[in-house]
Amino acid sequence: MSPPSPDLGELYQQVILDHNRNPRNFKRFDSANHKAEGNNPLCGDRIQLFVQLDGETISDIGFQMPQGSGCAISKASASLMTDAVKGKTTAAAESMFQAFRDMLAGGANAPGKLAAFSGVRAFPSRIKCANLAWHALHAALRNSAEPVTTETAKDF
Amino acid sequence: MLDTRAIRADFPILQRKENGRRLVYLDNAATSQKPQRVIDALVHYYGHHNANVHRGAYALAVEATDAYEAARTTVARFVNAWAREGVVFTRGTTESINLVAGSWGRTNVRRGDTVVVTAMDHHSNIVPWQILCQEKGATLRMVEITTDGRIDLADFGRALESKPKIVAFPYVSNSLGTVNPAAQLAKLAHAAGAVTVVDGAQSSPHLRVDVQALDCDFYALSGHKMLAPMGSGALIAKPALLDAMPPYHGGGEMIERVWDDHSSWNKIPHKFEGGTPNVEAAVGLAAAIGYLERLGMDKVAEHEQELARIAIERLSQVEGVTVYGPRDHRAGVVPFTYGEIHPHDLATILDKDGVCIRAGHHCTQPLMRRLGVAATARASFYIYNDVDDIDALVNAVRKAGELFGVLAS
Repeated sequence: MSPPSPDLGELYQQVILDHNRNPRNFKRFDSANHKAEGNNPLCGDRIQLFVQLDGETISDIGFQMPQGSGCAISKASASLMTDAVKGKTTAAAESMFQAFRDMLAGGANAPGKLAAFSGVRAFPSRIKCANLAWHALHAALRNSAEPVTTETAKDF
Repeated sequence: MLDTRAIRADFPILQRKENGRRLVYLDNAATSQKPQRVIDALVHYYGHHNANVHRGAYALAVEATDAYEAARTTVARFVNAWAREGVVFTRGTTESINLVAGSWGRTNVRRGDTVVVTAMDHHSNIVPWQILCQEKGATLRMVEITTDGRIDLADFGRALESKPKIVAFPYVSNSLGTVNPAAQLAKLAHAAGAVTVVDGAQSSPHLRVDVQALDCDFYALSGHKMLAPMGSGALIAKPALLDAMPPYHGGGEMIERVWDDHSSWNKIPHKFEGGTPNVEAAVGLAAAIGYLERLGMDKVAEHEQELARIAIERLSQVEGVTVYGPRDHRAGVVPFTYGEIHPHDLATILDKDGVCIRAGHHCTQPLMRRLGVAATARASFYIYNDVDDIDALVNAVRKAGELFGVLAS
């Protein structure tokens, strides 16, 4: 027996389609004091993340996906992630990441609009897409010089 | 067109349902499905003839050896090899090319030499040459492609001016479907003094291949893309070249005599088959070739080219769809993008209708850069595909457009 068929509407919820079409914080600013790059070598997705950290607070954040290299899930996830963490402390951002990851691993829904990605759980091949921006954030906050890839980051 | 109804009945996996729908398998450039005849050949081999080859003195071992060597003869006939000794069994195209790079290349390429590849090559016909060139201090020269997805013959000619040691190219592009003028390219390369390596991963399953008519020097193929098991494949080479080459892998089987500090080598092709070979894969490959030869390779090629033509025509009618690659001289590979919908999303949406396509860079990142895209969606056809499958593909693509509210770019 094959598992019950997951619904495309659950994956591509309106909020995801909206953020894919009109991504928020879709900007690069080279003055950012924390930057990171994330790659998903399997599908070619790439994200560049720019984070302005003032003390412990993320005062500004932006992302770019060069050459149209983001699928709807990775782009919407990056957009919603930047919205969610802007103005928050690094500790709050890391705890949102944890909640997001837990949700995709089958746990409870993440808070707020991040719950829109609960449908990704039923599409295992797309979990890396949803996680990409968060891993890049995690790397940026640690000011990791190495690009993070979906193939080397733990817990992908 | 082939009798796809009868052919489909031979493939158990095509009887399975995907989300309650018929499985529409359009990822044949990645790997093909296997007919019952091939599956039976594997089971029969293990059920009746299994033993290690080339060493047992007992009847069973002789049977296993006979089955393995008969498979070699079958492969030799299928591609019109120079000699059956010129057929080395490998794990597939990747290993075949690495064998040439690691043995012929390491022996003959020196500092300052040039190795030529093309911008439409699969990573497996680029990376082994990069490794070789880095090790030797040689230069890797990548020949450009034209805007309609062919090898740029003018640039190919310029690349040959450096008198390269090796010229490597694909017979058929896995990413664009282009059928390259392989015989012409080999002739030009030979005139410049190069040895030619043809990546036959996408030609062997789909065209009638005659390596003697191509007059290349090395020809690599994978069994799993032509109905055979994964891990089956071969390097077809001119025997004189193989004779002069050092071994690739050391071990049992590939030696003649072993002393404390040195060894002498077995004759070809065994010199290149160190260790217990994958007899099952060879037997399966022979069964797959038997199946294809019964259909006739000319009919197979014609069938796929017709499907590609219809698919290109129907996809092009969808506003916002861009199809890549040349309009003619192409095999059954159809790469496309659809407005701003990322190919990865397209593949997920199509999968809901039981339509399996590949999305991504198809192991051709240098090509993707030249096309100016990060990824494409790719439908690729084989003998069991039909116009019904194209209808399912195009309907699912239209659904994706509705879901994303396309958005022609």
